[in-house]
Amino acid sequence: MDATGAWSRVRRNWPVRVGGAVLAVLVLVAVAAPWLGTVDPTLFDAGSRDLVPGKVGEITTLDGEILKHTFWFGSDSFGRDIYSRVLYGSRVSLAVGVLAALVSLGFGIVAGLSAGYLRWLDGVLMRFMDGLMAIPAILIAIALVAMWRGSLVTVVVAIAIPEIPRVTRLVRSLVLSIREEPYVEAAVSLGTPTWKIMFAHILPNTIAPLVVQGTYICASAILVEAILSFLGVGLPPDIPTWGNIMAEGRPQFNLYPHNIFIPGAFLAVTVLAVNILGDGLRDTLDPKMARRL
Amino acid sequence: MSVLEVRGLTIDLPSGGDRRHAAADVGFTVDRGEIVCLVGESGSGKSVIAQSVMGLLPRGLPVTAGEIRLEGEDLLRASPRRLRELRATRMSMVFQEPMTALNPVMRCGEQLDEVLREHTALAPAARRRRILDIVREVRLPDPERMVAAYPHQLSGGQRQRIMIAMALVLEPALLIADEPTTALDVTTQAQILRLIQDLQARHGTGVLFITHDFGVVAEIAHRVAVLCLGELVELGPRDDVLRRPQHQYTRMLIGAVPTLKPHARPADAGAPVVLATRGLSKTYRDRGWLSRHREVHAAADVTLEVRKGQTLGIVGESGSGKSTVARCIVRLIDPSAGEIRLGREDIASMPQSRLRALRRRVQIVFQDPYRSLNPRRSVLEAIIEGPRNYGVPRARAIETARRLMGLVRMDPGSLARYPHQFSGGQRQRICIARALAMEPELLVADEAVSALDVSVQAQVLALLEEIRERLQLAMLFITHDLRVAAQVCDHVAVMSQGRVVEYGPAAQVFGSPRHEYTRALFDAAPGRDFAFGAA
Amino acid sequence: MLSFIARRVLATLPVLAVVAVLVFLLLRLTPGDPAAILAGDAASASQVAQIRESLGLEEPIPVQFGIWLRHLAAGDLGESYYYKVKVTELIAQRLEPTLSLATLTIVFAVLVSVPLGALAAWRFGGAFDRALMGFSVLGFSVPVFVLAYILIWIVSLKLGWLPVQGYQRLAGGVGPWLRHLILPSLTLSVIFIALIARVTRAAVLEALGEDYIRTARAKGLPESRVLVRHAVANAAVPIVTVIGIGIALLVGGVVVTESVYAIPGLGRLTVDAVLARDFPTIQGVILFFSLLYVGVNLLVDLSYVFLDPRIRY
Repeated sequence: MDATGAWSRVRRNWPVRVGGAVLAVLVLVAVAAPWLGTVDPTLFDAGSRDLVPGKVGEITTLDGEILKHTFWFGSDSFGRDIYSRVLYGSRVSLAVGVLAALVSLGFGIVAGLSAGYLRWLDGVLMRFMDGLMAIPAILIAIALVAMWRGSLVTVVVAIAIPEIPRVTRLVRSLVLSIREEPYVEAAVSLGTPTWKIMFAHILPNTIAPLVVQGTYICASAILVEAILSFLGVGLPPDIPTWGNIMAEGRPQFNLYPHNIFIPGAFLAVTVLAVNILGDGLRDTLDPKMARRL
Repeated sequence: MSVLEVRGLTIDLPSGGDRRHAAADVGFTVDRGEIVCLVGESGSGKSVIAQSVMGLLPRGLPVTAGEIRLEGEDLLRASPRRLRELRATRMSMVFQEPMTALNPVMRCGEQLDEVLREHTALAPAARRRRILDIVREVRLPDPERMVAAYPHQLSGGQRQRIMIAMALVLEPALLIADEPTTALDVTTQAQILRLIQDLQARHGTGVLFITHDFGVVAEIAHRVAVLCLGELVELGPRDDVLRRPQHQYTRMLIGAVPTLKPHARPADAGAPVVLATRGLSKTYRDRGWLSRHREVHAAADVTLEVRKGQTLGIVGESGSGKSTVARCIVRLIDPSAGEIRLGREDIASMPQSRLRALRRRVQIVFQDPYRSLNPRRSVLEAIIEGPRNYGVPRARAIETARRLMGLVRMDPGSLARYPHQFSGGQRQRICIARALAMEPELLVADEAVSALDVSVQAQVLALLEEIRERLQLAMLFITHDLRVAAQVCDHVAVMSQGRVVEYGPAAQVFGSPRHEYTRALFDAAPGRDFAFGAA
Repeated sequence: MLSFIARRVLATLPVLAVVAVLVFLLLRLTPGDPAAILAGDAASASQVAQIRESLGLEEPIPVQFGIWLRHLAAGDLGESYYYKVKVTELIAQRLEPTLSLATLTIVFAVLVSVPLGALAAWRFGGAFDRALMGFSVLGFSVPVFVLAYILIWIVSLKLGWLPVQGYQRLAGGVGPWLRHLILPSLTLSVIFIALIARVTRAAVLEALGEDYIRTARAKGLPESRVLVRHAVANAAVPIVTVIGIGIALLVGGVVVTESVYAIPGLGRLTVDAVLARDFPTIQGVILFFSLLYVGVNLLVDLSYVFLDPRIRY
């Protein structure tokens, strides 16, 4: 498997294309939300409560103006437009997914490199990571968010922390196995300093598995954020997130299921797209991981 | 009627390969009681042909023409059920890698039992008797223990005997052996070859023996078939093919096999010593905090020296410590005790920081050409990495790289390419160029030609010889292959279990070995009675 | 053998130590004064001071940790601020529903996913394989609670076959107990099946590529035996490993599932405790689940000896 044709292989792989396309659309929607026929997602109108999708009703703006508005996805029990809330909610999900992945990758890479290269640090660090992994991720996330009050930063950090041990293990095992390769030994005998070996020989061979892992973390993060919001321990209710919308739809589920199914569908499609993208990347960039997973 | 008759066999390769057929119009026979060796280099199609007889070809390699008749029955038209019935009962196969050919989670006895349970209606007691009998017949000591053991508890040679036992327990008419001794030590190899010969003579089995080693051919073959890129280029009795080869390819192959007689080049006893070790030792201690403490002496008290312009060979089987010594000398691992004198400095205990300055003087070429180069960097980057580490300006380093590519007989224009675009032999040349870019005084070749085909091996050995002459390099050549050692070494050190058991000029060690281990090593070399190589 | 078990048990101690420290720190990390939060906004300064006193918050952190550990060793997890009963009692009360749900889920998931994964590996690249991989990705992607609502909508509300929510104790009969658990178990097992089937497939696929499979076929053994006794037998270790690791996933799923299906188990307890800022309960539940994870993985570790003879004691 040659390293140079990798990029073209990635582009031709259909899971990457499909997953990538869906995500691109989603990003577009998230960015262009204000111009896609939405209103301010916090606006509500007591007269427009619990409308079924497609109904036309009234919305009161912040200035007191009353507008006619088609509730494409219906409205919730406060009279807020679900369509607007779902579209704005996509911003949160994407942001949390990408940020959590970046944060956990960042810390995990540093920790994994240290554990792989510094013998004395390895034992202690890995025991610590084992301990962290023993506490179920969702409980850590719930507890942390509960402690620090819900905000975007808090949620991202709370979701990222439990993912760090897995990234660390991955990087560490990659470092340990690549160090055994004859070409790394050759570099040592050529007098290449350690830092240069790490950057020129080891790191490039870890990028592919890390990209794949990052994609999976992103998918997981989006799910966890939704769960946290759904349980009421995530972002504050005034910020629209798919989880929040579903949480509000719980009491009236049997009468108005659209409050749960529509954001749920968006959530499922988004996570599915990210996972498919991840699978495609894995198959083209790092087939060895395909066998490992 | 022949046991095996192959006629016009053609097997296609998937499109996009370097040729259309894995095997093209191949035909040969194997009779009762005879050993036919199928010889060829890697990629010649010999394994594919063997697998096609057993019906074990992967789906991407279809048989498009020909017949394969086992005792008159055409196997290519047989149903999958019929093929399964024939396997192990009328025809069976032994593979190359004994370390991975047995199911690790099943006892050896049970794996043997599977064959009997599947193909016979014997009662458990009768099966057990049969199993113990065959285990004794393949000369495994303590059959009861062998049968109850798991594969990982057995050595490579023992596992191969179990494989042979599984293959012969139902006394098939045909035994196909696909390079069964290639992964084994020379002494073990000799035992297995003798075992196969004895069993075959006793049961009258026809044997199709696949190999790339002409020494093995000389040792056991009755008839020889030579394959080149899927085509059968020569077929005949052993002596005819080996002494009077008709086809040019056969002649080239046989000519490339090194002789066991050491070259007669005089070695200059007055040449300065480039590197000398004294009492070099490496001990591994198992220091788990709860498990038992174990000590392994990978190398013990090794004393030797390499002179300028001369080659010292370290010969030994796996586990002898030769690679450990090489790695200590290059300081890829730290010795536990002893001295390593490079010129006047003792580098054995030198800290890594001071070592950097001295690294350029000793360079190493590794065994596996497929893993010795970073797949993500161009060949140019690989070669100039060393000089750049020592402050050589980039332009000058590139100049050096070009010159060295010419020295190793490669096209300097291909410097921009990546490792995967080169063959194994070419990659090894690149590794040699990389080592030479540092202008070392000592070049260590750690089994540098062991992974190469015999014709490519001959070329790389010739190249190393030329370089040694031209640059007056000192060379330390690690190998398990006695023929290769005979060809290139001026002095030889024989190692066994971490110790040097014999050490002296090549002519003396090869001609009149003193230590019994050395003598056993030479006795075991296959085809030693056959005079190979250009005299 | 005994010393091996002892060694593996001892190896879990550092992990447990880390868990203890982390859990302890988790709740001490609250910005602001935990006592004030506890007392609520309407409390007076003296009430807050009293709570600080009773919580031992005046002591330096290491001392607090020591006291906490001592209580822990005695099996005392403190008293719930909210429910006003001992935390251990709370956990004991809510244990049965959670254990029932978890056990049913795992058993069902393993029984279904291992054969499916093995079959997919055997018919690699075929229609079944692709279908299973497709299902697996879906299983990972559809959130547990969305799936739960879909199932509730279809099965309970529209078809009326099974109850929507709630839990029946086992003591009240197996029938009702099962009826209330079918939907929740099914919901939760989807993600498990997705994970285990995937890993089984990968492990069996890897085993099928090994040399000993070629040997087995060369012996004329039927494919079924090759698949089961040679391929799957060698895939056992990675499969069992992922089941152990999946426990962490299970906990997350349990929390959500119990919430949606209104099952009075430990998952619901956690959420309620967090919403009520009931620190001792939160701590207790987290500790319990972590211990469970460590315990299950210890069992997995010990099982390796039986699954792979190369792992010796």
